[in-house]
Amino acid sequence: MNTPTEPTTLRAWLLAETPTSRRQARAASWYQGWLTLRSNPLTMIGLIILVFIIVCAILAPVLATHDPFAQNLGERLKPPGFDGHIFGTDSLGRDIYSRLLYGARISIYIVLLVAMVAPLLGLIIGTVAGYAGGWADVVLMRITDIFLAFPRLVLALAFVAALGAGIENAVLAISLTAWPPYARIARAETLTIRNSDFIAAIRLQGAGPMRIVTRHIWPLCISSLVIRVTLDMAGIILTAAGLGFLGLGAQPPSPEWGAMISEGRKYLLDYWWVATIPGLAIFAISLAFNLLGDGMRDVLDPKGGQ
Amino acid sequence: MTLAIEISDLTVWFGEGAARSNAVRQVSLSIGEGESFGLVGESGSGKSTVLRAITGLVPSWSGSMRIMNRPLGAKRDRTFYKQVQMVFQDPYASLHPRMTVDAVLSEALKLHGFGDIDNRIDRLLEDVGLGKGFRFRYPHQLSGGQRQRVAIARALAPEPRILLLDEPTSALDVSVQAEILNLLTDLRAERGLTYLMVSHDLGVVGHMCGQVAVMQTGEMVELLGVEDMRAMKATHPYTKHLLDSSLRSVR
Amino acid sequence: MSNLIDVENLWVKFPTRNGIFDAVRGISFSLGKERLGIVGESGSGKSMTGRAILKLIRPPGRIEADRLTMTGTDVLTASEKEMRKLRGHHASMIMQDPKFSLNPVMTVGRQITEALRTHEKVNMAQARARALEMLDAVAIRDPERVFDLYPHEVSGGMGQRIMIAMMLIPDPEILIADEPTSALDVSVQLQVLEIMDKLVAERGMGLIFISHDLNLVSNFCDRIVIMYAGRIVEVCQAGKLHEARHPYTIGLLNSVPNLGSPRERLDVLRRDPAWREAPSVSALL
Repeated sequence: MNTPTEPTTLRAWLLAETPTSRRQARAASWYQGWLTLRSNPLTMIGLIILVFIIVCAILAPVLATHDPFAQNLGERLKPPGFDGHIFGTDSLGRDIYSRLLYGARISIYIVLLVAMVAPLLGLIIGTVAGYAGGWADVVLMRITDIFLAFPRLVLALAFVAALGAGIENAVLAISLTAWPPYARIARAETLTIRNSDFIAAIRLQGAGPMRIVTRHIWPLCISSLVIRVTLDMAGIILTAAGLGFLGLGAQPPSPEWGAMISEGRKYLLDYWWVATIPGLAIFAISLAFNLLGDGMRDVLDPKGGQ
Repeated sequence: MTLAIEISDLTVWFGEGAARSNAVRQVSLSIGEGESFGLVGESGSGKSTVLRAITGLVPSWSGSMRIMNRPLGAKRDRTFYKQVQMVFQDPYASLHPRMTVDAVLSEALKLHGFGDIDNRIDRLLEDVGLGKGFRFRYPHQLSGGQRQRVAIARALAPEPRILLLDEPTSALDVSVQAEILNLLTDLRAERGLTYLMVSHDLGVVGHMCGQVAVMQTGEMVELLGVEDMRAMKATHPYTKHLLDSSLRSVR
Repeated sequence: MSNLIDVENLWVKFPTRNGIFDAVRGISFSLGKERLGIVGESGSGKSMTGRAILKLIRPPGRIEADRLTMTGTDVLTASEKEMRKLRGHHASMIMQDPKFSLNPVMTVGRQITEALRTHEKVNMAQARARALEMLDAVAIRDPERVFDLYPHEVSGGMGQRIMIAMMLIPDPEILIADEPTSALDVSVQLQVLEIMDKLVAERGMGLIFISHDLNLVSNFCDRIVIMYAGRIVEVCQAGKLHEARHPYTIGLLNSVPNLGSPRERLDVLRRDPAWREAPSVSALL
């Protein structure tokens, strides 16, 4: 058992019973996760849609057939397929297909920013409250409750109204409204983790609270947060779209998907594609994140795992 | 002979005011250096709470505790953690699920300021009967017995003088229990460790310890040597009852 | 044809990423009106055997056997509806920890009467009377009071006695007890087992007692099946345990620390890879 035979393939190396280095152990555990993820076809569909959208966003300048901002009032509200406009044109004669591609960049930008800010904020507040307990817990959790008491979109609206319209402010507003559930989850996880024997054991090695929270509690909270964030992505995109729709997110002529729907709503009955196509795009990305989130749960949930 | 652990009038309680309940009441015991002492009782008798009070894992206690002639206060310092370590009951709960054996041991070694960590980890694994092949495994890739060996290695990392053993084998199969108990016996002989072992199993305690204290509902009802225990020379009715049931179950 | 259970060549298989894992590998045994002990360490397949008999293996796990009959019914071909009738009415199962097998939001009495009423048409008053009688039978001193308690208000030992009452009230012919006392303290353990033993004897039931504790099983069973790695390595009469010949059985017996005979070091079981591959011993009657 102590003489590891030289692995012949990468797969064999990854699935080795006895990893011989830190790097291999880590790679192997990622690979195991990937195998679990791969075994769920729905998750793979979600992942494929998402990768597709990201590739589209990256390659937008190459894939776009028109300038997304170029107006052509002579060709306004043309149906899909008209003269090289795959998805038709909007009320200013702009190519919807090209706008959709560039809009993907904005959506993904928003999602990434929110996904980095909100869970981190929630993680810090939740774990500190959970581990410290006492008055720190009470104060932090009441603040969380106050944020939770407002409907999300209304609170985001208030923030944007105060900060001014625009994508960055929309992101900030969404993040400020999105963190409380993460703080709740992180706190609940912390409460169960902090009484476990392995935390007691590391305390007996003389580790301080800072180290325990960041090295031992965070890694266990992060998995449930990642799951929750992936499932919330759809909501975040929809909130961003909602703000865009209400004219408080991305500003025209920016091709943000929500803003595109908002522009198209006036023509919904006569020229359905103007609003429907960005709507379908939002639907696709939301669905993709939800499917992926479900699969992530199987991979990351420490309770169900292995 | 110096005393490794000296406890007098230890009372531990949970909750305050009307909700206060005493988990341990007026317990006194002393353990000489190099001795092995057993605490026996049923669930809820407060035996594990005594260990947790020593390690500072329960906040509210009164009485006095001395470790290696040094009184313990409200906080434990690094010297304490270098002298006293603990092995927990459930090896499935006492290892961080996301940390490899290597990470667990190297963190313990770093916290105690050791250098030459690579060699020390290999030696620790060797000492507890695990080979180098286990070094980069995650807990879920180990059996219960192997996990408990890792937990013992972690406890040995700071080279302590005293090991507190909280039912170290009750979650394991009997054949694995035998291996772990033998390992603990060997380690004590090699390193001159002092053991304070908590168990509900009189057979295990009788095998491992020289002296046994019996606890019931937070109080120590009897203290007897292992020879007396084997000879069934218990005076307290509860001890007799325990001895009787444990003998009957192995007939 | 008087056997309560007949099992021939039973396999329990779980598909995993690295191929099929066989938890139970082709064992055969039968249960008459007797007390049969199944002993083995964790992973030996003893619990899976108990569950397979009642068809309680969750998919993707699979049960395969040449024959698997219980009180004359073919379990392999029985529908889920027929199995529900079979469970409880003909065979009951007691699990390890009463904390997890009792419903925390229902009173003890309600759970017991429910267990009775799903199998028999009785009115509430009769059910209550029978339940109280049953609680009395499991040596609960004040049945009237316990009847209205919630599971968290009773101790572990009492919880397990309540479980026994609940499992025995539909009058099954077979009781499968899977580590019924390993979550309990030693002194309570014996009491619970004695009650179980007495009731099983009085009612002339068949008992399958699954445990890791060879000594405990030998006190409460007639025949003992020793399982290792999904197979039966030895079958012996409980009274003749000291005559066991398989090195695994002997190893198990010797690795237990014994108050009466102190030793410097405990005997350690040396596992022989050949044990895994040796053909399963038949425990058919």
